[in-house]
Amino acid sequence: MNPVFQGLITIAVGVGGIFVYFIASNAFLDKVLFPAKGPNASRNINRANTIRPWLFMAPTIIALSLYLVYPVIGSFIRSLFNRSGDEFVGFSNYTTMFASSEFRTAFWNNVLWALVVPSVSTFLGLLIAQLTDKLRWGNIAKSLIFMPMAISFVGASLIWKFVYAIDPELGVINAIRVNMFGASPLDVLQIAFWNNLFLMVILIWVQTGFAMVILSAALRGIPEETIEAAIIDGANPFQIFFRIQVPQVTNTIIVVFTTTTILVLKVFDIVYAMTGGNFNTQILPSYMMQFMFRDDGRATAVAIVIMLIVTPVMIQNIRQARAEMR
Amino acid sequence: MATLKLTDVAKTYGGTVDVLRNINLDIKTGELIVFVGPSGCGKSTLLRMIAGLEKITGGTLEIDGQVVNDTPPAQRGIAMVFQSYALYPHMTVRDNMSFSLKLAKKSKAEIEEAVSKAARILQLEPYLDRLPKALSGGQRQRVAIGRSIVRDPKVYLFDEPLSNLDAALRVATRIEIAQLKESMPDSTMIYVTHDQVEAMTLASRIVVLANKGIAQVGTPLDLYERPENEFVAQFIGSPAMNLLSGEIVETGQHTTVKLDGGGIAVAAVPTQAADKGLKVNVGVRPEDLYEAQGGDYIFDAKVNITEALGEVTLLYFEPQGDNEALIGKLPGIHNGLRGTPVKMTAKPEKVQIFHDGRSLHYR
Amino acid sequence: MDNIAGKKSSLSIVVNITVFLLVLIWLIPTVGLFVSSFRDRDAISASGWWLAPLATEQTFRGRGDTESVTPGDGGVVLTGNVFLDPEIAPSFPNGEGKIAAFGDSGREPGEFPAGEVADLGDGASLIVERSGDYVFTLPEDPGDRGPRYYVVAKTPPSFTLDNYRTVLSAGGMGQAFVNTLTVTIPTTIIPILMAAFAAYALAWMDFAGRSWLIAAIIGLLVVPLQLALVPMLTLHNQVGIGQSFLGIWLAHAAFGQPLAVYLLRNYMIGLPRDIIESARVDGGTDFQIFMKIILPLSFPALAAFAIFQFLWTWNDLLVAKVFLPSSEETKVMTVKIADDLLGSRGGDWGILAAAAFVSITIPLLVFFTLQRYLVRGLLAGSVK
Repeated sequence: MNPVFQGLITIAVGVGGIFVYFIASNAFLDKVLFPAKGPNASRNINRANTIRPWLFMAPTIIALSLYLVYPVIGSFIRSLFNRSGDEFVGFSNYTTMFASSEFRTAFWNNVLWALVVPSVSTFLGLLIAQLTDKLRWGNIAKSLIFMPMAISFVGASLIWKFVYAIDPELGVINAIRVNMFGASPLDVLQIAFWNNLFLMVILIWVQTGFAMVILSAALRGIPEETIEAAIIDGANPFQIFFRIQVPQVTNTIIVVFTTTTILVLKVFDIVYAMTGGNFNTQILPSYMMQFMFRDDGRATAVAIVIMLIVTPVMIQNIRQARAEMR
Repeated sequence: MATLKLTDVAKTYGGTVDVLRNINLDIKTGELIVFVGPSGCGKSTLLRMIAGLEKITGGTLEIDGQVVNDTPPAQRGIAMVFQSYALYPHMTVRDNMSFSLKLAKKSKAEIEEAVSKAARILQLEPYLDRLPKALSGGQRQRVAIGRSIVRDPKVYLFDEPLSNLDAALRVATRIEIAQLKESMPDSTMIYVTHDQVEAMTLASRIVVLANKGIAQVGTPLDLYERPENEFVAQFIGSPAMNLLSGEIVETGQHTTVKLDGGGIAVAAVPTQAADKGLKVNVGVRPEDLYEAQGGDYIFDAKVNITEALGEVTLLYFEPQGDNEALIGKLPGIHNGLRGTPVKMTAKPEKVQIFHDGRSLHYR
Repeated sequence: MDNIAGKKSSLSIVVNITVFLLVLIWLIPTVGLFVSSFRDRDAISASGWWLAPLATEQTFRGRGDTESVTPGDGGVVLTGNVFLDPEIAPSFPNGEGKIAAFGDSGREPGEFPAGEVADLGDGASLIVERSGDYVFTLPEDPGDRGPRYYVVAKTPPSFTLDNYRTVLSAGGMGQAFVNTLTVTIPTTIIPILMAAFAAYALAWMDFAGRSWLIAAIIGLLVVPLQLALVPMLTLHNQVGIGQSFLGIWLAHAAFGQPLAVYLLRNYMIGLPRDIIESARVDGGTDFQIFMKIILPLSFPALAAFAIFQFLWTWNDLLVAKVFLPSSEETKVMTVKIADDLLGSRGGDWGILAAAAFVSITIPLLVFFTLQRYLVRGLLAGSVK
């Protein structure tokens, strides 16, 4: 069947199905199981109301447990088995992995990514948010800087591959090197260690807009009076920014920082498309992709390691959310 | 149309935090009951319990003799006007008013009739096709009321409906509500407010809530003239009633109290011989105080500050002993009193006597 | 803030310039690729894209026209026009151009400025006018092969849509575009509906364990997708879904749930409590309240998540690589670009650039038209 046609049917079946599910299950609850009639009417209504939330949440809960909760457990179990999945090998996938130098490179590169990308993009986001807030064309500037959010990581990689191209007639960087400094062109993606930073630039380019938008809203949420009070107290713009505004958006900065950190641990596209993990630029997500379909035991072991790295952030997030709910 | 009966109604949160307990209240058809009390006293919670928006954790609530503790709000035959009006922002005035009837699957003709009738009463006809955001505060308020009228409920519930309006509009809308009540003599209404003027002007009876319970139930003038306890005495009326400590020295139809500050107060409150020597607090409203022209006086104190409001002048007296600063309210303008000692007294029928916080009237 | 007395304007100039530079840095990569997508292969390798709007000087070579040989003093004379030379004419379709310089060797094609007589030694000389007319003087008849000459000519800037034509037709990109749409649209609509119901329950219905469920969803927000890939693909294979569109629809719908529920719940909890209670007093059931009050009022958040999910599924490479078969008919655009174009066509920048722009046009369009909602949704998710 033509996939387009199939897609249309899916939309119809999916959307229709969800409505049918909700209408039918609610009707069943109210009319058949606990009818709001007869001597027990009010008790029945209350019973129906204890069940109803679960009806509302059932599709989501099923989807989540199947596609996110089960895989955490499933992946862990799979990581204890060998390449083809038929022999239990204990933690040997992990020991082999920890012993491999490529894993260690990927691990430390990932640590570097998780430190550099969130800090730089949050900082730049904060800076741009503050600067553009006062400009007449600030909104245009913001929307241009926000734009890379709409571009896929693959698309972004392509765009930057062009910037980094060796040919001075193609790559801006080498053009500047050659034409302005008379140096010979070089492949920035092959310079050990620094190439990691060049790859991070791509993600920073994408993520700064996100940080900027959120921080800009947070900065605008600061009571104007506190800033005016600071002006009257004689603070200069820098003092106002760092001593009055930034402290008042600390929570938002933390949110932006953690959100970006989580993202960093998921993104494999950039490395995959730019260097394929060569020249010591491997990170865990792309390292994992190397083993996908070839050695699922090792692939899942990498996934579990990523999960472990994310866990503290996850706990922190839950704590924060629970504190806010009170 | 409807009676309400609350028996030992209580509310606890999480099994430990008491919010309300032992609420006993009988509401007759056609009454307009006002709940007042300091903020946090649970007056809104009690209203929401009657509406069914909060679970009743103890006691029973009956509407027309039927226990409705477990009945969901929509089946209780109530309508509620919220402080924020709670108009549905995406629906026109007409849709807002007809929403409940549509949900109840009323016929189109019935809905149309009910809506146009309510719109006529509330003068909302020109605005029926507008969205709430295109209305002024007072108009939104009327839509909120209209929304409850169309349901023709047994009981109307108002949760501080005027507190979002400015002062002038508040007075106008208050009078409208009073007229509305008059035009529907059979409808039962319960009204929560923190505004004493609203309570005094609208209520057929006021329920004063304090300390998780009912402090007093009575007509506005009952509460004003015969408060049951010191709390109600000081809560109703502004500025609050003055309290002076003393000891009963003469009993009988009238009671004479020798005050710690040296003054003498005579109250039209009957006491028995055994009460002699009882430690009491004497309560006098600021507006009942007047300058003593010789003879007995309740207190003799220097005027610290005067506030001239035009029709009255407030006198703040130098505090004496442990008593709180005393306040007097004299009609007219009195400029020369500041810094001079003044002897004040009041008529016996305006003087209250409290022992242990309770009025001796109600023994 | 703008009205404050005695505000320095120098600072505002600095701010303006800084922001301008930042925006420039942000734009350069995209603009570069965009410009390149309209240039053909030769133009790209001849000059940097930043020179594309200018006329460029290019070197051409041709041969003297042997049919125009006429005897002259001391030998023969060949005359003709550079722009009619069969080797050069295709680059100048309207037969006109401007010669900047000429020469007779490939090493120094621009040795002599146009209009000057060049002594080529051995009694030979050449003059090329700016208009392209040339006069060769040779000591003897060159026979069939005319003598080589080189000219440096200014070519007008040329832009072409050929790259887009190539990408959309031959490269299988059209198919990939359709495949991407097929993946994206169902996986944008369906999860929103699922999540909206759940978010309403978590925001406005009272039940035991609610706060735990919310915590769990926030926890799942950070679970790396990678974890799900192997076990879910195995499961899909076991139940017979395998690698297919159905599989990727299910996967995307599920993976979108935590963010969707989180965003929508945060938004819904911010709706005025009075309105929902009023609807309850008015006799609405939870289902009616949801359909008639919550859904219409949550439109901004729904739109925000829709944009998010659309961008995410459109741009996704990982899930597509795993849950779709790797055959040519089912490739989505990201896979196509990452695997085919970045690999095999690595050299053809024009094609690559056009491909990239085909893949980001729709997201950019969606982004710029619906940005307002996206921002609002983002804020519902992260700022309290």
